Amino acid sequence: MVKVAIFDYGAGNIFSLKNSLERAGATVDVINTFDKPNHYSGLLLPGVGNFDPAIKSIHEHSKTQFQEYVGSETPVLGICLGMEMFFDKSEEGHEKGLSVIDGEVIELPHTMKIPHMGWNNLEIKKSGKILQGVTDGSWVYFVHSFRAKPASNDVITAESDYGIKVPAVVEKDNFFGTQFHPEKSGKVGNLMIENFLQECKK
Amino acid sequence: MTLTKRIIPCLDVKGGRVVKGLHFKSIKDAGDPVELAKKYSDEGADELVFLDITASEEQRETIKTLVRKVASVINIPFTVGGGVNSLEDARNILLNGADKVGINTGAIKNPKLLTELMEIFGRQCVVVAIDAKRNYDLKENVNVFSDNGKKFWFEVFIYGGKKETGIDAINWAKKAQKLGAGEILLTSIDKDGTKDGYDIILTREVVKSTSIPVIASGGCGKPDDMVEIFEESGVDAALAASIFHYHENGVEDVKKHLREQQIPVRL
Repeated sequence: MVKVAIFDYGAGNIFSLKNSLERAGATVDVINTFDKPNHYSGLLLPGVGNFDPAIKSIHEHSKTQFQEYVGSETPVLGICLGMEMFFDKSEEGHEKGLSVIDGEVIELPHTMKIPHMGWNNLEIKKSGKILQGVTDGSWVYFVHSFRAKPASNDVITAESDYGIKVPAVVEKDNFFGTQFHPEKSGKVGNLMIENFLQECKK
Repeated sequence: MTLTKRIIPCLDVKGGRVVKGLHFKSIKDAGDPVELAKKYSDEGADELVFLDITASEEQRETIKTLVRKVASVINIPFTVGGGVNSLEDARNILLNGADKVGINTGAIKNPKLLTELMEIFGRQCVVVAIDAKRNYDLKENVNVFSDNGKKFWFEVFIYGGKKETGIDAINWAKKAQKLGAGEILLTSIDKDGTKDGYDIILTREVVKSTSIPVIASGGCGKPDDMVEIFEESGVDAALAASIFHYHENGVEDVKKHLREQQIPVRL
């Protein structure tokens, strides 16, 4: 059985994510510090809260840096805000990001309703580990006001159209990010959670 | 393609059971909340709204348990409202598995609550629920509309439709957005339970006056009512209860019908 951890910034619903991981067969711990030994096969950065408080909650409770904790082995799935934290900085706050993927996070264009909230479909750009078995055009549930702007488009495996092309799935080494919420995206979301757990088992 | 229109079954919960009323009164039993939630999620509902219509202090714990149970059987977004008056109430709901919290009376009495919630949980978690009713007694500083030659304004009601506030619903919607709401759940008290169709004027005006997503609620009796409200108001989502609870229409059938009428939905 695969054992993973969800990092809790203390700001919202992580119950649904925990639940969807458990339904997919994982054992799940909720952690709030990186100072204890990492005996997990995978880590999840959930998609609830705001950029600065979330980043601060990592630094305030941990002497150990995020990169030290996960190294280049532990697969990490960042969801929504969790994915935004992978980058260098965000227009949502002033804190530095985790900087595991080059690029920044910027506001969605004001020509559209913000937040981008609801079901939108994926345009798959290239095969990715999280996207195994996911059909092009699948509907997933988004709710966000910011979007990633990676330094290199190579990390983008799927996009979604919301006036502009929004990076929907990014992958780099052991870091996987979804701008949408797989734990809220019905069957196709479950599939992506299962794909991530497969990576954790490797 | 861009966002689909969302179809949202609503569970009004009282004493642990789903109930349905008319004009917010005379309620009857409609089933078990956990069973219905799972069924709707499996049938392709885009989201679920759960309103605790008793929301008394003693029942807080019961509701917490119920929210957890519902959240554990669905894999779609989930809004919980009813009796949210403080940050603590909201936190309780969000930490037990809800994605968004609906606030009505609590926001009217303490508008800053919307801002505080937005700052902690993010705007997307904050749904302002507005219950509005046509008032034919005109006064100053309200947005006046007319229907069949009669003039009226939309007044906000609180305490589950029991108490008028004198507040104009259009003005309140704009203010709630400024304060921190990320979505508006807009219910017409006049239409609630009538199966007569949504209040098009109310919905259209709130959609026009704000730039956050709006959910139309109150009055849906058939799939064509949804077609009408999407076409006539540009609203983002349609909420309904009776048509789903009493098996008049399955969620999937409703969405197929909408798709046939060129409404973009997830199937």
